[in-house]
Amino acid sequence: MAMTRRELDVSGLPSYAFGHRSLMWWGTFGLIAIEGTLFALAIGSYLYLRSQSDAWPIGAPPPQLLWGTVNTLILLASTWPNHKAKRAAEACDLLRTRRWLMTGLAFSVAFLVVRGFEFGALHTRWDSNAYGSIVWMLLGLHTVHLLTDTYDTAVLGVLLFTGPMEGQRFADVSENALYWYFVVFSWLPIYAVVYGVPRLQ
Amino acid sequence: MQNAHAMNPPGDAPASRLKDGPGPGSREAAALDATWSDPPGLLGWLAAVNHKSIARRFIATTFFFFLAGGLLALVMRLQLARPGSKLVGPDLYNQLFTMHGSTMMFLFAVPVMQAVAVYLVPLMLGTRSIAFPRLNAFAYWIFLFGGVMLYVVFVLGAGPDVGWFSYVPLAGPDYSPGKRADFWAQMITFTELSALLEAIVVITTVFKLRAPGMTLNRIPLFVWAMLVTAFMVLFAMPSVMLASTMLIMDRLVGSHFFNPAEGGDVVLWQHLFWFFGHPEVYLIFLPGLGFLSAIIPTFARRPIFGYTAMVLSLIATAFLAFGLWVHHMFAVNLPELGKSFFTAASMLIAIPSAVQIFCWLATLWSGKLDFKTPLLFVLGFFFILVLGGMTGIMLASVPLDLQVHDSYFVVAHLHYVLIGGAVFPLFGAFYYWYPKITGRLMSERLGRWNFWLFFTGFNVAFFPMHLLGLKGMPRRVYTYQAGLGWDTMNMVATIGALTIAAAVLLFIVNAVRSLRHGAPAGANPWGAGTLEWATESPPPPCNFHAIPVVHGREPLWEPPRTEADGARPAFTHVGGLAADTRELLATTVLDARPDLRVNFPDPTIWPFVSAVAVTALFIGSIFTPWAVVWGSIPIAIALTAWFWPQRAETSVHLSLERKPWQ
Ligand code: HEM
Ligand SMILES: [Cu+2]
Repeated sequence: MAMTRRELDVSGLPSYAFGHRSLMWWGTFGLIAIEGTLFALAIGSYLYLRSQSDAWPIGAPPPQLLWGTVNTLILLASTWPNHKAKRAAEACDLLRTRRWLMTGLAFSVAFLVVRGFEFGALHTRWDSNAYGSIVWMLLGLHTVHLLTDTYDTAVLGVLLFTGPMEGQRFADVSENALYWYFVVFSWLPIYAVVYGVPRLQ
Repeated sequence: MQNAHAMNPPGDAPASRLKDGPGPGSREAAALDATWSDPPGLLGWLAAVNHKSIARRFIATTFFFFLAGGLLALVMRLQLARPGSKLVGPDLYNQLFTMHGSTMMFLFAVPVMQAVAVYLVPLMLGTRSIAFPRLNAFAYWIFLFGGVMLYVVFVLGAGPDVGWFSYVPLAGPDYSPGKRADFWAQMITFTELSALLEAIVVITTVFKLRAPGMTLNRIPLFVWAMLVTAFMVLFAMPSVMLASTMLIMDRLVGSHFFNPAEGGDVVLWQHLFWFFGHPEVYLIFLPGLGFLSAIIPTFARRPIFGYTAMVLSLIATAFLAFGLWVHHMFAVNLPELGKSFFTAASMLIAIPSAVQIFCWLATLWSGKLDFKTPLLFVLGFFFILVLGGMTGIMLASVPLDLQVHDSYFVVAHLHYVLIGGAVFPLFGAFYYWYPKITGRLMSERLGRWNFWLFFTGFNVAFFPMHLLGLKGMPRRVYTYQAGLGWDTMNMVATIGALTIAAAVLLFIVNAVRSLRHGAPAGANPWGAGTLEWATESPPPPCNFHAIPVVHGREPLWEPPRTEADGARPAFTHVGGLAADTRELLATTVLDARPDLRVNFPDPTIWPFVSAVAVTALFIGSIFTPWAVVWGSIPIAIALTAWFWPQRAETSVHLSLERKPWQ
């Protein structure tokens, strides 16, 4: 371009960062936007089907509250180790990151076990009628997110123990925690719909 | 990259790393080229992640689908040329229009725009790569496999036959037994997955990888168009994925989402489909507008008029597009108030488009026009779109829509909008950027022939369809009786379609011939102002040997900077990035100040393997739900291998590492 070249030296910049400075944050943000839309549309479909039907729930009592509520409490509690893991990662503290990531993992495994009971307490099947189909769809969608995030966290955990370790891994843990928040907070409206709406008269 | 690493074995002290440097030909430039090229050989080909390699394949693939979809259309037109024709029967005709519509919408129009963006966006932003290059490669493979699957089943005689919108209950288990609609539904999942991943890639690239100085209000308008499109994809595509998943579950595991006998509802399908389907039109249209905003300033030799108004109207169009889906359902029994609202919204969306058109006209008016082929296609766009837009406003009124619903009037309208709004700008864009991609110019003489044949053929083919529709010819009929007054116009339309085919053939001849015989282009054959023209044609593997620093909207039209220009020293380029490993400069979101040096991963086969595993799951699940369970294991393995860091790579990264607060 110009004859006199002046160089902007960037060699001193950091090589990773947290939050919206990192590329991973934007990737996670995109994922959350997509999945959030998916959940919103699935909930919308649930309400739409309800509005088109004379009786709701169709041919079944409302789902039993116990396991869903236990799970909601487990999920809410899991935000604490999650928060700790995020803070530890952002301080680049390997030992504490390992510890809190593993604690968080234990919570999600517990959640997945209880989720099994939850499906059993729905009192309806996906092939019973449209009500059963959409309830299973809502719960199924959320479970798939949990399964993948749990697997993700486990792989990340193994990496933290076996290495090779670099700073970017801390940013990965931080984004993983952000995604976990999404899985937790997207559950609350789903919980309200699956367990609350059939009880409205 | 093995060779690049060999120059600097792992464990070297950071000080000895080679930094990027001045011009082509230097030792640093050679190192950069080696670092950023794809590995050789077949395995290397499958492992490629360079955004330009992936984009070239992506563009070629979508173009093949365009040709395939065009051939199907030609067969339909030949069938309809005469009344009572026996060329194809009703069953094949149903497959033809389904495959044509699905191909054009899902395998051509949206993906081709994303493919072009994958090539151009990093060059326009002045960076060495797209964000998440491996994800980008994965998205391409998924798209390829999904499209090929659809054509394989079509050739095997099991092509879907329920329309590109697959309305239930027609597409449900009762009326469509067999596997046809299942393949359609799975193809949707493949292509939309690909589109969603590409959207994330584009958004991250635009926000984080711009050259220093390219503040938000200096981003090229094409990039803005693709950014807005990417956001629309994020919110529109999940809808059709959800719908097609419900459909396939109704068909395979006996759920009842769309089964009225068990509390399901068929209109739910229409809502979910058109919540995607209407924005889909704008997913095709907005990138087309982006092409125009790149081509017009170059051939008018002046910056675009009303940059800010252009950006705002792009964003406004995106918002309005989501409020409009119900106008595809005026024939469904919906509340009256709702219908009036959607009629109003449909009319409202004309406003931002009018703003854009006004800005382009102002640019053209005040510029010195250079009537090269790309500009001809732009002018063709104006002519066609004005007609298509007018019929669109006509359709937005409920009474008229009820009158011409499902007639050829709609077929005419939709092709005026889609071909005028997207295909004409796309052809213009192809002529415009061909020299950047190949290093050679396409023939102007053939280009003019190409344009006039296409333009004439298009109007001859589609204008009569308006009249056919008003005369009552319904769409999606495989034949009709003589003596209804439709014969001549159908024959004319078919002749027009053959003319379009000739134009496309001429285009292919031009593109292939010019690969070898075109005039060498040089870096900036049109004298354009944006950054992609600042580097060689075709660009080196690393895009830019020295990352430019940007001082205006058209960096190449800016007067040279001197110290006197301001308090800050007038930097011309970036220095200090590693040349022998994939290091990139990330900048801040709003004002593009240098922020980070990020390490990108090397090429790898795992995105390809992951895509194969995902394909196995989706195709398997058409036949047994257990494929979802067993198929997820290879996917998990492939993804884990994909993300697992290599020790050699990590030690290079460590040698460059600097903590955020150091
Ligand atoms: C290039 C020349 C083209 C010709 C000659 C052509 C011709 C046709 C014909 C004859 C039909 C069937 C009408 C019916 O029987 O109802 C049709 C439908 C359709 N076309 Fe095209 N077309 C062309 C390009 C395109 C392009 C570029 C797009 C999209 C970007 C497109 C999108 C559609 C859609 C969505 C349908 C509706 C299919 C359905 O009813 O299921 N076409 N076209
Ligand atoms: Cu529409």
